[in-house]
Amino acid sequence: MVSTRTGGRGLSRWRAAIAGAVVLTAVPTIAACGSESGTTINVYLSPEQNFQTVVDRCNEQADGRYKIVYNKLPRDADGQREQMVRRLAAGDTGLDVLGLDVTWVPEFAEAKWLEEFTGENKADAEQGVLKGPLQTAMWNGKLYGATKNTNVQLLWYDDRVVQTPPETWDEMMDMSRQFKSDGKPFRILFTGAQYEGLVVQYNTLVASEGGEILSEDGKKVVMDQGAVDALKLLKDVSTSGLTDPSMPNAQEQQVQQALELPDTEAAFELNWPYVYAAMGAANPDRAKHLKWARYPGIDGPSKATIGGFNLAVSSLSLHKPEAFDAVLCLRGPESQKFQAICDGVPPTIESIYTDDATIEPCPAATTTDKPSMATAYPMRDTILEALKDPAVRPLTVVYQNLSTITSKVLSPPSEIDPDATAQELRDGLQKALDSKGVLP
Amino acid sequence: MSQTVETGAPAQAEPAKKKPALSEGKRAERRLGWLLCAPAAFVMVAVTGWPIIYSVWLSLQRYDLRFPDDREFVGLSNYAAVLTDKYWWTAFGITTLITVVSVVIELVLGMLLALIMHRTLVGRGLVRTVSLIPYGIVTVVAAFSWFYAWNTDTGYLTELLGAEAPLTQQIPSLLIIILAEVWKTTPFMALLLMAGLALVPDDLLKAASMDGATAWQRFTKVMIPVMKPAILVALLFRTLDAFRVFDNIFVLTKGANDTSSVSMQTYNNLIKGLNLGIGSTMSVLIFIAVAIIAFIFIKLFGAAAPGSDSGGKR
Repeated sequence: MVSTRTGGRGLSRWRAAIAGAVVLTAVPTIAACGSESGTTINVYLSPEQNFQTVVDRCNEQADGRYKIVYNKLPRDADGQREQMVRRLAAGDTGLDVLGLDVTWVPEFAEAKWLEEFTGENKADAEQGVLKGPLQTAMWNGKLYGATKNTNVQLLWYDDRVVQTPPETWDEMMDMSRQFKSDGKPFRILFTGAQYEGLVVQYNTLVASEGGEILSEDGKKVVMDQGAVDALKLLKDVSTSGLTDPSMPNAQEQQVQQALELPDTEAAFELNWPYVYAAMGAANPDRAKHLKWARYPGIDGPSKATIGGFNLAVSSLSLHKPEAFDAVLCLRGPESQKFQAICDGVPPTIESIYTDDATIEPCPAATTTDKPSMATAYPMRDTILEALKDPAVRPLTVVYQNLSTITSKVLSPPSEIDPDATAQELRDGLQKALDSKGVLP
Repeated sequence: MSQTVETGAPAQAEPAKKKPALSEGKRAERRLGWLLCAPAAFVMVAVTGWPIIYSVWLSLQRYDLRFPDDREFVGLSNYAAVLTDKYWWTAFGITTLITVVSVVIELVLGMLLALIMHRTLVGRGLVRTVSLIPYGIVTVVAAFSWFYAWNTDTGYLTELLGAEAPLTQQIPSLLIIILAEVWKTTPFMALLLMAGLALVPDDLLKAASMDGATAWQRFTKVMIPVMKPAILVALLFRTLDAFRVFDNIFVLTKGANDTSSVSMQTYNNLIKGLNLGIGSTMSVLIFIAVAIIAFIFIKLFGAAAPGSDSGGKR
């Protein structure tokens, strides 16, 4: 009796298990059938805290026509580019939407890895977008990406030290010298390490001097007088004794942290807007006094280098129409506004800067207050002003070489010899354009 | 015993039969042998021969993934471009420096370690195991622990020595890279040298000391000559490995501040720069350099040169 009973129970357990397994395997299939074709759009983008929320909303909007999957790329720019480049070069059809840093579009477009935006898609992607960011998504007069967000460096200072912000480098250096002799914090902080951050500074200075590094089509080296003057200015600043001693090794983070110290020696910080939120967390006392102004220039505020991301559709994608559709939703006004407020990335669509309508609290918010651009972006007017007068980094297929060589040749900035350094840059860039450039 | 006799017999019989006198069966057997080898030989050619030929072919072209329309045959101009480039020669110099310094240190330390391992009376197994631990750790993992140890934020070694961001300056970075290499591969050196030490007969050493040879004389006049083949194997393997150094540099400095090795630079040009022409040129040049090193070792040390198979580093 006992044995048959347990045997019977064992059997029914088996049946239940098998039935369960069948249901488990069947459910996803049914769900996939429910979304009609079951098309998946794979998005590859750097990690952004709230981008998944955007993806979820766009999936809802797609209403089953396709499902967007957010694949996070590595955090560092080189790692992101490397993964995409490696897979695209191998003809991987698994990438549909690519999150491209603003400097990568020409390279990817020229390698024929990007699908051009045309017709309605193009009109939609250009709708109300600021000119500078839009320029970074174009190559050879064609649109290859839809701007997702932009970025621009500002001048940050403590209003207990600096009363009126300087508009030019001369003013800033004079003020710094004055503070130094008064025994007040005086140092000027900027990213001087041998990396992209130094190229950003140099590009800003070149644009402010009215110079050019490459021709407009990105195919010839120019390096005119403005570019040489910018080298001279960078050298003068670096040898003035007004910068931080660790400047030749300083990246964004070190620059940001230097002004956060309670007993900082710094008076001026040139950095991206994220430092505002960071100051609130690191030094709430100074955060109340942290003010901003446009990046100083030569005769007035500078043209400042813009950053950010563009979303592009891979030419190898098997679902291009859906991918374009997904891109337009992921970078649409609603998404950009949400990400500006919740992720702190500046939008590329101009009207968002003056949009005061509130949105639902951010996913990680601790209060139930409804945020708006006004509450999340006190510096939005200055950012917009800077974005309307931008410096775009040279748009060229060989940006990787340009960046590597420039940061190498300019480092350390105190040892720049304007004419010789300019010649070194000219040679290096010309070789890169001829595919003979050797990367160090 | 009978087994050894059986297998030994045909081997002894072989030389007796000269070339022409192959019987039908022998010939069929030999053909079968070739056929059985063929798949392996084919795979070998496919996985080693073809890539080498293909990279030589790539190195003769302007082939930049960023300019797909400009692909063309350019002869040796990529070689001219690389060999006249100062970045390449800087990397070459750095690689040579790292190779020479780390191999010399490894040889000295490895010899000491081998002697200790050879002479230990108590806990011999434990001593050998402990000294082999670094070699058992994956290079990248070890490199990361060095990286964090020398970092400014988390670095206990930086703090201990009061150094300021050593990985942002060239000389300290190179020292750290060499240290990481030495730490990691000295056990490998010691292992090979210990095999050599086992070849030194105790009687010889005893006889030498009877003749009044000091410890140092016994080491230089007796042990080293007997160990020579083992030392050469160890040196050759380590030199070839050290010349291709990549992982430690990749993790520790990413080649910043002129600490790039030739392998690092090849990677940068191939993968980051997407320049298949220049990148392949560099890999062919490394291949040639490695071949030259091997050739020099074999020529210089003649008969003592290794033809043995003591296994590679990884």
